[in-house]
Amino acid sequence: MKKKSLLSVLVAGGILITGCENTEELKKDDKPATEETEPAAQEVDLSTELSSYQEFAFEQMDQFLLETEKFVNLFKAGDIEGAKAAYAPARMYFERSEPIAESFGDLDPRIDGRLADIQEEGKGEEEWSGYHKLEHALWVENKTAGYEGVADQLLADVKELHALVQTVDVTADLMITGAVDLLNEVSTSKITGEEEIYSHTDLYDFKANIEGAEKIFEILRPKLEAKDKELVATLDEKFKAVDDLLAQHATANGGYVSYEELTEDHTKALATAVNQLGEPLSQMGIILE
Amino acid sequence: MTEPIDEKWINKKVSRRDILKLTGVGAAGVAIGATSLGGVIKAMGSDVFEPVADSTRAINKVDFYGKYQSGITTPVQTNIYFASLDVLFTSKKDLQELFQKWTPLVERLMNGELMVDLTTNTRIPTGDTGEAAGMDVANLSITIGVGPSLFDKLGISHLKPAELKDLPHFPKDQLQKEFTGGDICIQACADDPQVAFHAVRNLVRAASGKVEIKWSQAGFNSFPADGGTPRNLFAFKDGTVNPTITDEKDLNKVVWVDKGWLKDGTYLVARKIQMHLETWDRTSLKDQEATFGRYRDSGAPFGKTKEFDDFDVEAKDSKGEYIMPDTSHVHLARKSGARILRRSYSYASGVMSNTGEHDAGLIFISFQKDPAQFTTVQNSLGRLDKMNEYITHRGSAVFACFPGVQKGSYLGEALFNAV
Repeated sequence: MKKKSLLSVLVAGGILITGCENTEELKKDDKPATEETEPAAQEVDLSTELSSYQEFAFEQMDQFLLETEKFVNLFKAGDIEGAKAAYAPARMYFERSEPIAESFGDLDPRIDGRLADIQEEGKGEEEWSGYHKLEHALWVENKTAGYEGVADQLLADVKELHALVQTVDVTADLMITGAVDLLNEVSTSKITGEEEIYSHTDLYDFKANIEGAEKIFEILRPKLEAKDKELVATLDEKFKAVDDLLAQHATANGGYVSYEELTEDHTKALATAVNQLGEPLSQMGIILE
Repeated sequence: MTEPIDEKWINKKVSRRDILKLTGVGAAGVAIGATSLGGVIKAMGSDVFEPVADSTRAINKVDFYGKYQSGITTPVQTNIYFASLDVLFTSKKDLQELFQKWTPLVERLMNGELMVDLTTNTRIPTGDTGEAAGMDVANLSITIGVGPSLFDKLGISHLKPAELKDLPHFPKDQLQKEFTGGDICIQACADDPQVAFHAVRNLVRAASGKVEIKWSQAGFNSFPADGGTPRNLFAFKDGTVNPTITDEKDLNKVVWVDKGWLKDGTYLVARKIQMHLETWDRTSLKDQEATFGRYRDSGAPFGKTKEFDDFDVEAKDSKGEYIMPDTSHVHLARKSGARILRRSYSYASGVMSNTGEHDAGLIFISFQKDPAQFTTVQNSLGRLDKMNEYITHRGSAVFACFPGVQKGSYLGEALFNAV
């Protein structure tokens, strides 16, 4: 779990900050780039926004558990086509709430680890588990037999994640950093097709990451409006630009085309739109000042 | 607050190379002490260096304000970062706002200051990316121009000067769209690669949502210890026959536009020219020299002994052969009769993935009052140029570079005032 931030301490404990006592704590958590001697005297009250986001994360996790269960059942029943169809939509709940879902160090790689990541850590293929292992079974090996244990383990891990998320401390930093992190995820792995190398369903994850960031923006919108109307207008415009581009690759059944169908011009246009969104999105921290 | 110009120049750290470049060939070899520098500058009678409100504290600083933009007649620095951008908007007003936004930022960058002052809020990214913090400004110059495509995109074709159009196709061109064209250019030159890159990176970042980088290229120039003309990656001196950057009269003939909204501006031609180093390196010295029409070591034209010796391109030897081979680069370029101000840099960007050769060459940049001057030279080189065997033109772009900025004005204001 993420370390409690100063804000969560404040919200939870109602501690009044005075003097230099808390300087160390502030530095520990925030790692200011510049030498700072004066801690912020008063933190902005975001308790409404934090609980809204928590609620959102709970909903997403509830759905993620349900959809994973469906996927695992189809998989174990040997229904390859059914499992393939359920795979990407189920994962979207995870991708939307990734800032929270990935805050549990061991679970994230167990559920969402890619073979390349496992190997990079010096582990063998036998230690690989989770969604992407089943993705490999479905799309590359075209079979489910022999992977029932992996499917069971995935469901158990997701159940554990679901339980742990109920205990998470949502902080302002988690939300604000999380929004940018979601976009960074898109920029570094989804746009390159490296997330779903067997199923090529990267655009589902892409969409979900963007929706996750947009949700945070929506929750913070009133606070942002009060601080910088122009930033809100820019963000509206840039989210729309990304959504419009993604819509060009939507299929009739509400899904997305395979990553393999995208040309270099497509991926460049998408990557540019995400970067153009990321820059203003990284300014949301102004509400904390 | 502002120091007298002579005083300022005396106090500035000026390298030996700068002095040699400023004073031209005549002064080469003459030792110039710092105390006489003011006199040298004054004696040249040039108003190229007009400071208005530039920082007087920064050392190794090129002035931003003046009649002309920097980076054109500024003594050539060791590094370039050249970026060609596409705009993401469609209105002239957006363009105007972009240049109004950039103007004070360019001024700050050229003063060696951060893009914005640091804020106390550490929960947002910093306004300046920071990699040039604490560094000497390293003679940073920033040159901004607009390409022909911009006028069409914004529906202001009536403002596009007739001279501003894509260059024609030249024989043996192998242009790739990823190195060709662009709506806006930023040429950042400095005596430090990181300072130059920082400038482009931060200007592009400040324009997030308004522009995207279409292509970019880093380059370098290394100067011999005695000053003088740098050598390109074929080891030949490049830029010998250039107008002297302090000869205002000559620059008016060759470089500066004298009419319309671009008055006191100029046209920039950029060509990304791959040089096939492996092929060149297995060519005999004799053939290499015949390719240029100059001796490699001295840089002297064929039949002469010194780099700057004048030559008659039509001169023949006793057997009736051209002394300067008629397929040599220098012969053909001179014969065209056209002149341009070259300000090129070498590049080495790894390995060509399809051939395993060095991906290296020249980011050729020239300034001229009409791109047709470049076209004339390039057409003269045509299919005949012996150099063609060793080079491939991979990228091409042309930009109209604005006149300089006066205090209170902004980049390209004349364009927006034009009806």
